[in-house]
Amino acid sequence: MSNKLEIKNLNVSIGDKQILKDFSLTVPKGEVHAIMGPNGTGKSTLAKAIAGHPDYEVTSGEVIVDGESIMDMEADERSRAGLFLAFQYPMEIPGVTIANFIRAALNARLPEDEELNAPDYYKSLYAKMDMLKIDRKFTARSVNDGFSGGEKKRCEILQMAMLEPKYAVLDETDSGLDIDALKIVAEGVNSMRGPNLGALVITHYQRLLDYIIPDVVHVMYDGRIVKSGPKELALELESRGYEWVKELAGEVAAS
Amino acid sequence: MSESSDAISPIKEAFNRHIEDLDTAPSWWKKSKSEAFDTFESIALPTRRDEPWRFATVKGLELTDVRFAALPSISDAASLVARSNFIENFSGRFVFGDDQTLQADRISPELAEKGVIWAPFREAVSKHGDIVKDYFMKQEAALGSEKFAALHRAFMENGALLYVPRGVEIEDAFVVYNWSINAGSAIFPHTLVITEDLAKVKLVEANLSATEDAAAFSCGVNHIFAGVGSTVDYTLLQNFNEQTLGFQINSNVAGKDSNVKTISVNVGCKRYRSETHGQIKGAGSKVEMLSLAVADHDQEIDQRTLQTHSAPNAVSDLLFKNALVDNARTIFSGLIKVDPGAQQTDAYQTNRNLLLSGTAEANSLPGLEIDANDVKCSHGATTSQIEDEEIFYMLARGITREKAQELIVYGFFEEILERISCETVAENARQIIQDKFKKRLSK
Repeated sequence: MSNKLEIKNLNVSIGDKQILKDFSLTVPKGEVHAIMGPNGTGKSTLAKAIAGHPDYEVTSGEVIVDGESIMDMEADERSRAGLFLAFQYPMEIPGVTIANFIRAALNARLPEDEELNAPDYYKSLYAKMDMLKIDRKFTARSVNDGFSGGEKKRCEILQMAMLEPKYAVLDETDSGLDIDALKIVAEGVNSMRGPNLGALVITHYQRLLDYIIPDVVHVMYDGRIVKSGPKELALELESRGYEWVKELAGEVAAS
Repeated sequence: MSESSDAISPIKEAFNRHIEDLDTAPSWWKKSKSEAFDTFESIALPTRRDEPWRFATVKGLELTDVRFAALPSISDAASLVARSNFIENFSGRFVFGDDQTLQADRISPELAEKGVIWAPFREAVSKHGDIVKDYFMKQEAALGSEKFAALHRAFMENGALLYVPRGVEIEDAFVVYNWSINAGSAIFPHTLVITEDLAKVKLVEANLSATEDAAAFSCGVNHIFAGVGSTVDYTLLQNFNEQTLGFQINSNVAGKDSNVKTISVNVGCKRYRSETHGQIKGAGSKVEMLSLAVADHDQEIDQRTLQTHSAPNAVSDLLFKNALVDNARTIFSGLIKVDPGAQQTDAYQTNRNLLLSGTAEANSLPGLEIDANDVKCSHGATTSQIEDEEIFYMLARGITREKAQELIVYGFFEEILERISCETVAENARQIIQDKFKKRLSK
């Protein structure tokens, strides 16, 4: 079995507008890849398309998880197959507590006649909340309801830690975070790094990559990857700016 | 025996039999019943042209299939009493089955010593006649069901009287279970709560069916008289089977500086009509009127409310939330009335409907009638569907679409459920709602 997340020649449209253009990328399990790029280049579209959002029409290409195509799967099946999307803008769900929400997600992964053991569940939930410096009282609060930006993002990482995905896509997880919150989120992600997780970190700014050091950096522009390289590429991009990306895109288009 | 040649209507005949069966009851009680029956007969059946019945189904209100004053046969009393277990620690419990007393758990000697009265109505009529004369059905039905309030008064024969004297605070709730048992039977649940100054009490009422398929009729009344500075906390769980036609006519009078909270959880009935009147008669009082309904298939839940402010500096807060599936219908019609003297009133009225299908129908008629000039009043009604993005967020966590919808509905109701003060009652309410969804999935 191949141990990687493969995105192959993915073309994605919203309505009449094509956003992703023959997009290809492979994230081997155990590695963290970063995607950087200017606004409007299709980064969030990529995240939503991988997760199976119905508004994003995949006109061709596929996404393969450990050798198995997930293109025919609904969003919930993709999640249960081991994919996780940390949302840029997590939804608020009034009246559904974090504890019940995560429990429902975990129960969905069990055979129909089985349920989580409650004491074990809370033990594991509290351990992960402690790690992410989330007050335990939050278990009784409604998911994202009235949370600050930082709390929402930590709550996303908490869900990721509890669901233990094979591959995680983190969409602008750094947006709206102050430096302290950013460090906590990064620590959380780093603690999950290892041979069982592949991660794709989508970000607009290099700042996050000071704390989550990527194995590979990809630069994205106009719906495709225009350059890939080691972590230093992020610094180069930071110093040369996104104008440079346009030049790179020109070269890619010309080649 | 009835003669077919008699012109007398079956319901009149049943009423005569009912009065005969009350042979030992005081004559004033029988007289008041006879007057009520005359009132019932004198009021025309509602039509949809009547404003208080707008949008409601009025067909079937002739009650031709109902057997009034039938002698019930109750074979499974013990199991019904065993199922009457929403609260473990209660101050008193009555279990009624087709209006017969199946179980009466009395108050402790300490409470009796303090003057608390907790009596089944039959007993109350003979032993506490003065209280019954002063308070029984002394709050007029004001929202359209005058005819059915009269019917209730004519036929009711059981229920609970709870009287709490001055300064007595009781922590553990009182609880009443009204079981509908036999097909075609009519029950008339009645709870009457009277608190004197500074008293504090909780009452929980559960209206339930013994079986899934016995079509029956229920016409209940709850009246609360909250004395000065007293606190009354009332919760009603209505989970009759979906063959039942139900009426519930509730009203409360809030005295000066009193706190009254009423919560209704409506899950059952084929058709259910509830009327809730908050009468803010004392300055500085606070009245909360909360309700939730979950309606599916062809259920119709018809809710009429009135908040009458006739004293200053008082607060009333109404929140009715409905979730609708399939072809279900709900009606919310609410009015806030502020009298000229009720300055500094804070009155809120909110109706929120969540549609889970394209064929469900939520009707909302909020209203204000304000004759004072220094008040804060707001009313609002919204009807919405579950947002796709909310569902997608849950799908992205591996939760199935059905489960995601369910969780959103449960979450929608939490705003009401978390305000139920007895935790085990809230838990039972949650369970009843969840069971309704489970039943849908298993069909």
